[in-house]
Amino acid sequence: MGHPMKIRAASSNGVTEVKVLMNHVMETGLRKDASGALIPALFITDVTAKLNDAVVLQAQWSQAVSKNPYLSFKVKGGKPGDKVAISWADNSGDSRTDEAVVS
Amino acid sequence: MNNEHQASRRGFLRQTGLVALAVSAVTLLPRMAQAAWNKTAFSAKTLEDAYKALGAGAPAESADIQVIASDIAENGAVVPVQAISKIPNTTQISFLIDKNPTALTAQFDLGPDMLPEVSTRLKMAQTSKVIALVKADGKYFTAAKEIKVTLGGCGG
Repeated sequence: MGHPMKIRAASSNGVTEVKVLMNHVMETGLRKDASGALIPALFITDVTAKLNDAVVLQAQWSQAVSKNPYLSFKVKGGKPGDKVAISWADNSGDSRTDEAVVS
Repeated sequence: MNNEHQASRRGFLRQTGLVALAVSAVTLLPRMAQAAWNKTAFSAKTLEDAYKALGAGAPAESADIQVIASDIAENGAVVPVQAISKIPNTTQISFLIDKNPTALTAQFDLGPDMLPEVSTRLKMAQTSKVIALVKADGKYFTAAKEIKVTLGGCGG
């Protein structure tokens, strides 16, 4: 299920700017714990962004995206009250979708 | 009586079957549209291998792509980067980091309504070039910016 994301979407002059802060460890698989054992990789691999149920952006990520990933993008269209949905899936099979209303 | 019962049961099964089909079609569609995670490209250790795995060949440098980031990153674990493409019909923007253990860090496929720019935060193992790889009209272009890292963000 993961932890909730923070999503902000604001429209101005016909363009909606979306800013997302996800909540994920983004473990590289290169770090060692206190006993010297490798911590297995755990990171978001796929991200999808939708505006009013239409996919506008799809991303594939590696473990080199920072912990608690930040993403921002601009999409034409969208007006106050419209719906933005962001989904991610990680390499463990976990996934999460959060929604926000365009302001 | 019995016949009628069977008929309605069959009808019910047919209906639920249709509903199940419709539901699976709706849930499967977005997945089909999304390309599978490109393991070969994400495992590539050098820029050349990553370009090859992405089908980008030897991309041309372009002055129409901007990589926006600060010159010095104090913390390699969190390096804010932005790429803006002014090339018409930009459909994809990827970030690659030359000296990371694996070069390709993130790939963004832009729908037709997207403005050709994305911002995110990346991990850098050491001082390196950060490259924005842009796909437009099926061709690939790059722009790079050197970012100095004073504290690496990959090891522990």
